[in-house]
Amino acid sequence: MGNLEFGLTMIVVGMGGTMIVLGLFAVLMALLKKVFPNREDEAAE
Amino acid sequence: MFDAIVNGLSGLGAGLVEMHWSNPVMIAVGGLLLYLAIKKDVEPLLLIPIGFGAILINIPLAGLMEEEGFLRTIYNMGVANELFPLLIFIGIGAMTDFGPLLEDPKIFLLGAAGQFGMFLTLGLALLFGFSKLDSVAIGVIGACDGPTAIYVTSKFAPHLLGAVSVAAYSYMSLVPVIQPPIMRLLTTEKERTIVMDTGDTKPVSKEARIAFPIVITVIGGLIAPKGLPLLATIMLGNLMRESGVVGRLAKASENEIANVVTLLLGISIGATMDGRLFLKGETLLILAFGFLAICLDTVCGVLFGKLMNLVTGGKINPLIGAAGISAYPMAARVAQREGLKYNKFNFLLMHAIGANTGGQVGSVMAAAIMLSVLQGMGLVP
Repeated sequence: MGNLEFGLTMIVVGMGGTMIVLGLFAVLMALLKKVFPNREDEAAE
Repeated sequence: MFDAIVNGLSGLGAGLVEMHWSNPVMIAVGGLLLYLAIKKDVEPLLLIPIGFGAILINIPLAGLMEEEGFLRTIYNMGVANELFPLLIFIGIGAMTDFGPLLEDPKIFLLGAAGQFGMFLTLGLALLFGFSKLDSVAIGVIGACDGPTAIYVTSKFAPHLLGAVSVAAYSYMSLVPVIQPPIMRLLTTEKERTIVMDTGDTKPVSKEARIAFPIVITVIGGLIAPKGLPLLATIMLGNLMRESGVVGRLAKASENEIANVVTLLLGISIGATMDGRLFLKGETLLILAFGFLAICLDTVCGVLFGKLMNLVTGGKINPLIGAAGISAYPMAARVAQREGLKYNKFNFLLMHAIGANTGGQVGSVMAAAIMLSVLQGMGLVP
């Protein structure tokens, strides 16, 4: 594999992959908050 | 008898005779690191052992990095096998409160954008003729995360360890100097004055805080298994903190263990700074690339902050985008300070801390993805 091909792959997969994975983490965190709500919120509802 | 005395005396001062021109230069560099640490308070915990290690290794004939030398023993014990950075990560996890990030999970995305400098710098290093694995080690300075940089470099480019580590820790401490001009250049005064609402964020339950490190470890590990040691150690530390039942272990991780390992890690890094190997044009280029990586991280973070501002209808202050790097908590403080300059009642700190802790996870995840992609390409076992 040439340097150009390697560099472009790392940039595209690396940046895209990091963004997608952290986006997934954000969704998971939102889900976690739904599954384990704060008890004060529950009481208020 | 006379010959014996002459021969005996010739052993004294032999180090002076064997000195290469690069050794005194590196002793001065070690002295400079000590000066920065002691007088200017630049990352003293790391720069004092690194500076002293650099001085030691440039005294000829002491054999400190030879097979039985004491610095070689420490190096083999925890740097060559990547143990020390991982132990430090447990401490970092134990001292990090991910609460502000969990309260507003979309901020996680800023922690991703803040890592783009890593990949862009990797590409630039390749253009300048560095090998693929050397470029990866240089790019990872942009993680703004010393242990990650050391972990990756000691694995794939150990000959660059000294330069990469010094660049990573020095620039990390220079974040308050490097970032503000870029933040001002890329934002309008109106954007800098945006007050971020805290009304729609709710406190996170203890259960969610405990589940966070477990879920992130499992999902992150499945996606990028090659980086699991990095992710798992920071999350283990955080799990100990949030569980609340192993206070002694959490405290030991963030204090005693982290302190001892920092000392051993620092002196081992200093021991890689032998003048004959360190004083090359390549080292200067690495230092320049490290600076560029952190600038690019800031640019990408702020630009992504602007994009989020657009998408959310003006609710995000783009300044917090600059905090999406791993330099914790300096980057968050910089965002807070810049916000206050333009609006005396604008308290961005909690949002910036969220982005900053997102940057910590982001830097680890970006490195994990990098390692897994390298493995996928067959470049590393």
